[in-house]
Amino acid sequence: MSVYDAGLLSDIGILLLGALSVYIILATGQLSLGNAGFMGIGAYLTSWLTVVAGLPITAALIVAALVSGAIGVAVGFPALRLKGIYLAMATLGFGEMVRSFFQNFSAMGGSEGFHGMHHVSTGYIWTWAAIVLVLIMLIEASPIWLEIRAVRDDETAAGLVGLNPTEIKVGAFGCGAAVAAIAGGLFAHHHVYIEPGNFSFERSIDFVLAVILGGSTVAPGALAGAVILVVLPEYLRFLADWRFAAFGALLIGMLLVRRQGLLDRALLRFAWPRSRA
Amino acid sequence: MLIQQLVNGLTLGAVYTLIALSFSLVMGILGVLNLAIAELFMLGGYFGFAVLMAQLPLPLALIAGMAGAALVAAIVERIGYQPFRAAPVVTPMLSTLGFSIILQNVATNVWGSDPLQLTDEVLSGRFNIGPVSVSAIQLTVLGVTVLLVALLAFLVQRTSIGRALRAVAENRDVARLLGVPAGRITLIAFMLSGALAGAAGVLIGVHYAAITPYIGVEIGLKAIAVMVVGGTTRIWGALIAGPLMGVVEVMTVAYGGSQIRDFVVYGFMILILLLRPQGLLGGGRSDQGQRV
Repeated sequence: MSVYDAGLLSDIGILLLGALSVYIILATGQLSLGNAGFMGIGAYLTSWLTVVAGLPITAALIVAALVSGAIGVAVGFPALRLKGIYLAMATLGFGEMVRSFFQNFSAMGGSEGFHGMHHVSTGYIWTWAAIVLVLIMLIEASPIWLEIRAVRDDETAAGLVGLNPTEIKVGAFGCGAAVAAIAGGLFAHHHVYIEPGNFSFERSIDFVLAVILGGSTVAPGALAGAVILVVLPEYLRFLADWRFAAFGALLIGMLLVRRQGLLDRALLRFAWPRSRA
Repeated sequence: MLIQQLVNGLTLGAVYTLIALSFSLVMGILGVLNLAIAELFMLGGYFGFAVLMAQLPLPLALIAGMAGAALVAAIVERIGYQPFRAAPVVTPMLSTLGFSIILQNVATNVWGSDPLQLTDEVLSGRFNIGPVSVSAIQLTVLGVTVLLVALLAFLVQRTSIGRALRAVAENRDVARLLGVPAGRITLIAFMLSGALAGAAGVLIGVHYAAITPYIGVEIGLKAIAVMVVGGTTRIWGALIAGPLMGVVEVMTVAYGGSQIRDFVVYGFMILILLLRPQGLLGGGRSDQGQRV
């Protein structure tokens, strides 16, 4: 495998984790436009833990995921009183605040960025991505997922049948924050240099795009989306400077033709008739 | 010093007011967050610049910016909103996001990613009122904003189009039963909103004497915060929130450093969302919640 391919594969793995972080939250019917903020928290915290505190990378990632998850729950509790677009706007604000915070956080380099991390292998990134993906697919096959879907379909009705929508929504938000932090930690140790600009609004949008293009109703959709988002620009090189316009058109086209994204339940059932997907 | 900053803040606030009004026109009437507005604002600036560089006067540039942005907004409405009218609110937001990606890319390719500079000053001259110095451009920005807001107010409150707009905002189905052409009204709402964003783009471009393809993300997105602070269900909330946020931002830059201004602006928005989700000017709680 060439260095170029390995780089692409690593990018796919990191984007997959980021997309999954959005997917978990979207499964409860909430849209987060601020997951790059959690990614940034994860990236900076992991880097600090490995470079300054000297922790091994795996331990650092776990700590970062836990801390970011806790922040996600803390932010989620008040924020999840907001619904739909209002939540999307609040998370957008949160993401920009985190970016702005690291811009001023001179202990970690401020706007100059932070470096000194050791490079991690593509295999290591994919181990994490695979573990998280499988975990989410296991949850999808469990009764918890039915509760999550109930909350997404109708929150009031879910509450009436004895579920706790707040708990489920905040829990999903925390999990999403933790996964985004892992993506951030791996991003930092893949590129071995981070700056606040890495975790801007555009990054959050990338995550959302991957989920929407790949399929927003099944977890493997995030994988399909991540592959599309990383590989397609390589094939669209002949479009040169117009790549992003092609991407925007693709997004609109996908929404017009197939709102649920590339993969959905029906397609998975068609591909693997006996699976319960 | 303080009053000087106040004037600078009001100028920025005027531009915020226009973009926030642009956001809340669509949000208040259709309940849709049109993310392409940030780029319509940027495009308006470029259209205006194109006219100014052809040595034509500023009013013409303003009209070109408004008309151009309104046209693009019409396209966004036909392709990015109409087909998704019945879909969950997130879907039209994503399709307008698609447009915003396209528009930014087109602007980067057509005009380059480097800032486009105005070579000669459009309006020169400063007026000194006591210790405060106001440039002719600042006065123009403030004046045009007041004029446009007055025009919009007249349109929405006094004309039959405005009545139809308010009727669709209240209840689309009933409005249609009463003979309001709802499809045409949403198109008008998008175009009005685009025209406002375009005007704001021309004004900020003239004010800074430069424009970049990224100004939509830098300034346009912050207008969402302004809209939220003003209240999303009452479009006039932007009239208070715009100047307020402009002053807050300029004061933050002057006394706290330019780095933390985004932090303060977005923090203010989140605080409002949590403590007073209906916005500063919003009515009772019964007003909101239904839109989403």
